[in-house]
Amino acid sequence: MIMKILVVDDEVDVQPLFTQRFRREIKNGEFDFSFALSGEEALDYLERNRSEVILILSDINMPGMTGIELLSRIRHAYEKPPPVVMMITAYGDDENRQQAMQNGANEFLTKPLDFTLLKDKLKTFIH
Amino acid sequence: MFLASFLLVSRLKKSIKLSPLSLKWASLMNVALGASAVLFVVSKAYFDNGLAYICGSALLLGIIVFAERERDFASMLPFLKAHYPLIGVGFIAGLVKQADSDFYDEYDKYFILPMIAAFIWVLAKWANTRKQHEEFRIITAQNALLDKQVAERTAELTKQKNELEQTVALLQTTQQQLVQSEKLASLGELTAGIAHEIQNPLNFVNNFSEVSMELVGEMEIELANGDTEEAIAIANDIRQNLEKIIHHGKRADGIVKGMLQHSRASNGVKENTNINTLADEYFRLAYHGLRAKDKSFNSELITSFDDKLPTVDVVPQDIGRVLLNLFTNAFYAVDQKQKSGVPGYKPEVTLSTRVYRTWIAIKVRDNGNGVPDAIKDKIMQPFFTTKPTGQGTGLGLSLSYDIIAKGHGGSIEVDTKEGEYSEFTVKIPIN
Repeated sequence: MIMKILVVDDEVDVQPLFTQRFRREIKNGEFDFSFALSGEEALDYLERNRSEVILILSDINMPGMTGIELLSRIRHAYEKPPPVVMMITAYGDDENRQQAMQNGANEFLTKPLDFTLLKDKLKTFIH
Repeated sequence: MFLASFLLVSRLKKSIKLSPLSLKWASLMNVALGASAVLFVVSKAYFDNGLAYICGSALLLGIIVFAERERDFASMLPFLKAHYPLIGVGFIAGLVKQADSDFYDEYDKYFILPMIAAFIWVLAKWANTRKQHEEFRIITAQNALLDKQVAERTAELTKQKNELEQTVALLQTTQQQLVQSEKLASLGELTAGIAHEIQNPLNFVNNFSEVSMELVGEMEIELANGDTEEAIAIANDIRQNLEKIIHHGKRADGIVKGMLQHSRASNGVKENTNINTLADEYFRLAYHGLRAKDKSFNSELITSFDDKLPTVDVVPQDIGRVLLNLFTNAFYAVDQKQKSGVPGYKPEVTLSTRVYRTWIAIKVRDNGNGVPDAIKDKIMQPFFTTKPTGQGTGLGLSLSYDIIAKGHGGSIEVDTKEGEYSEFTVKIPIN
């Protein structure tokens, strides 16, 4: 089964990084990555591809809509089946973590991302 | 007539009484007094009235002519001249009496009256000069007092001037210290932003390096399998990754250099600078700096750069400070408005550049609460701040204004509407 993942980050270079890091998984048809550069763009994408995406990885600190805002919008709009949302931030403090968890995040990861750990986490969510 | 002479001489004597001149004239005065008395007695006893008049008038004329020539009595001149009518009348009366005694006796009141009148005139003049002398003495005394007061005041003013010079020197030192601490304060605002801005490219450098290592391993496997096509594809990815590593490495490098430049005391050397790059860099630094301090802070960053903007000769760290200040103010304004809970409010800060014929403009616009008309004129003044005590030095805009106006021959203009927006425009002339 292919797992559709949406990565939301305002840094463009996150895109080649993910496709290369998950090169083998993509090749084997395990993961399928889509990218959005802002919270607004992410909501747009979700609107168009309603129940396809099952996991969202979002940066918190973005200009405009923040990751937290995006998370709360997703939690209010998409009830069945709820996608898994993992929040990523450069500021790994308690306040950020609490906010993310209160708004219904499934995971809270800090930058720099440990891709081996992320891979394991993603695989556990498949099963 | 003799009485007049007597009075005149004693008056002259009195006028010089208290001066060194008194010694010089004392004996002569006494002689004159004595002569007047002797002549009076002699003429009373031996001459009839007519000859006595002529004699008295001649005596008076003699004294007057003598005194008029002497510079020592210059101040008495009007008084001396006042005797001429009396002398004239005296001579005429004397001559007429000598010539025709009967005629004189018949009309004597026409001679006596003018003589009395002339005598009164002399007395009046005497009283007048006395008064003038009195006034003169008072004025002299007042002048002396004034001179003393002026000297005292001058000494006082000189003392105050010296004190003020010392104060000015002290203030100048303090100002330099304040400028330096303002610089350090803004560096403090920057550090969090800088940390974030360096962390991001460093993450990319690390991630792309690691993934490239993995890719090399995979490439070796593909080559061993004889799949050269896939191996070449992987090699392409690795090249792209290396390019990204270089790009992000340089990005971090630029940020560190910018930070060093910002903290260094301005050497005032102008460099050919790309304002778009400089402004963008500080825009991000200011934003991330605030974000790191206050997690609840957020704002949309909108940029609109004029691609045709020419490079201009500026002191980059100075312009950076000005822009940083404008950005920080803009973010503060939108944050305040958001915290006041305006429904449906979306914080927005816009940075735009534009080239005009002889100058370039950098505009920083925020949709915050604007500046009230009442304080619009004050915002560029040193130490003026609307922030709570301890949160703002009140020096940001005034230093910015100095940098732009004095350092670069430009200007900072404010356009604002209370409750809606503020737009600061920095104009810098093209070299």
